[in-house]
Amino acid sequence: MAHFPKPAEGSWTEHFKIDTSPTSYEDSISPEHYEAEREAIFKKTWLNIGRVEQLPKGGSYFTKELSAAKTSVIVVRGKDNEIRSFHNICRHRGNKLVWNDFPREEVSGSCRQFTCKYHGWRYDLDGELTFVQQEGEFFDLDKQNFGLAPIRTEVWEGFVFINFDNDAAPLKEYLGAYAKGLDTYPFGKMTEVYKYRAEIGANWKLFIDAFMEFYHAPILHQKQAVDDESRKLREVGYEALSYGVDGPHALVSSWGGMAPPKDESMVKPIERLLRSGLFGLWDAPDVGPIPEAGLNPTRHKAWGEDSFLFFPNFMLLVWKPNWYLTYHYWPTSYNTHTFECSLYFVPPTNAYERLQHELAAVTFKEYALQDANTLEATQTMLESRAVTEFPLNDQEVALRHLHTTARAYVADHKAEKDQASA
Amino acid sequence: MSNLLPAEYADLEKFADWILPTEKERYAKRLASSMDELQAFYDEAFPRLEAAVPYLKTVSLEDISEEDRNLTYLFCSLVNVTFPVEVWRQARVPDSGASMVDCIVEPAI
Repeated sequence: MAHFPKPAEGSWTEHFKIDTSPTSYEDSISPEHYEAEREAIFKKTWLNIGRVEQLPKGGSYFTKELSAAKTSVIVVRGKDNEIRSFHNICRHRGNKLVWNDFPREEVSGSCRQFTCKYHGWRYDLDGELTFVQQEGEFFDLDKQNFGLAPIRTEVWEGFVFINFDNDAAPLKEYLGAYAKGLDTYPFGKMTEVYKYRAEIGANWKLFIDAFMEFYHAPILHQKQAVDDESRKLREVGYEALSYGVDGPHALVSSWGGMAPPKDESMVKPIERLLRSGLFGLWDAPDVGPIPEAGLNPTRHKAWGEDSFLFFPNFMLLVWKPNWYLTYHYWPTSYNTHTFECSLYFVPPTNAYERLQHELAAVTFKEYALQDANTLEATQTMLESRAVTEFPLNDQEVALRHLHTTARAYVADHKAEKDQASA
Repeated sequence: MSNLLPAEYADLEKFADWILPTEKERYAKRLASSMDELQAFYDEAFPRLEAAVPYLKTVSLEDISEEDRNLTYLFCSLVNVTFPVEVWRQARVPDSGASMVDCIVEPAI
């Protein structure tokens, strides 16, 4: 029985004109396809690599390892307050410029200039080469021509994005209607952050699949709820309030009856005591006006959370009780990726509120551990190719959209290349 | 001798080894503990947290004392062990096998 109305076509999948036949997962198990994705997707689209709060003042910087784009990036706030990004490579002989003890570890900090460990070349925060050791030994070296290699950098609502494609459309145009709808959301008031990281033995798209459908939730996570509630959840199953598609991006809009729960006996004692849990705080902090147009598209009173997937690998979940979280999926090979999750709350004013946030964050981790473990099991069996077609249901429409979009980027890129070489 | 915890919570000092400033340490201690140890900590600390709620609401994080900071960390550990005690009946999350999710940034107290 349908609990929430579907579009006139009878299904979300048909409404978005997405193929309903069984789907292939070859795009998640083929090393060749992954190589194509690196060029067609990760070097062509806007990638969110952090928040402005990570760069509090002029000279603040952090590095980001982007295996999918085969580079490392320095993101830095200049003295003029502008945020810039550069390839993390010294112009002299190619040493990685900013790192501490281990070249592959990301670092952050604050500095007045960048100095290469190898031969002491120095660059200012704008990327200009300012000092060359024994400059007179070089041959007609004009320092002006040896600044750091810049990367396009744009900021939307405090989220810092880069793009390796100089011909790509501007960030806001790319992010489209969903970002526009959230333009005035008070992200800047939610600056208390918990960050988690995991190395996952699965293709990057498979973890997005897991978080763009909640069809799995009553089953995989059934032991998280008390027995009666768990049984009820399994019987009812899961239906989203609505789904959305905007270009390459997608939205799952979901109900969220747990913050606060209708019946407190449904939840664990610690949740009753701290009035907090997976869905966040039961009592939302005051953050001023929320841009209603951009959230809860069906205006449903049971609304709890919207999950936006900004293609390719940035998910933004905005929760009714005034907090948000982000997921990032950074490919490291065709069957591995680094998963990052960050939870953002309004900073607590007292110890009780801090414990409420702790419970929400720890609960998130318990779920994520279960989600992460399933993925490697899926990846290895998909790679067996013992079965090559899989039926996806209408609650999995956002997965179909993701894989269809990713395949289309690869196909379009190949067509462009073929045309250019013809 | 100076107290680790505020005087009203001195009874919890026997669990002082749960005063741990990072999630990584709290989670590691949970995994290294037996269910009996987790249950014993929970059975004593949970009612104390219940009683402490009005007090904790008055503890500002701006100029928190060492004793209150320790108490908050102790209760953070309690939050972590509620999962094995209230639902899992084991220290690890079921169905999590070899997966690891590391907390790499958390708000200091």
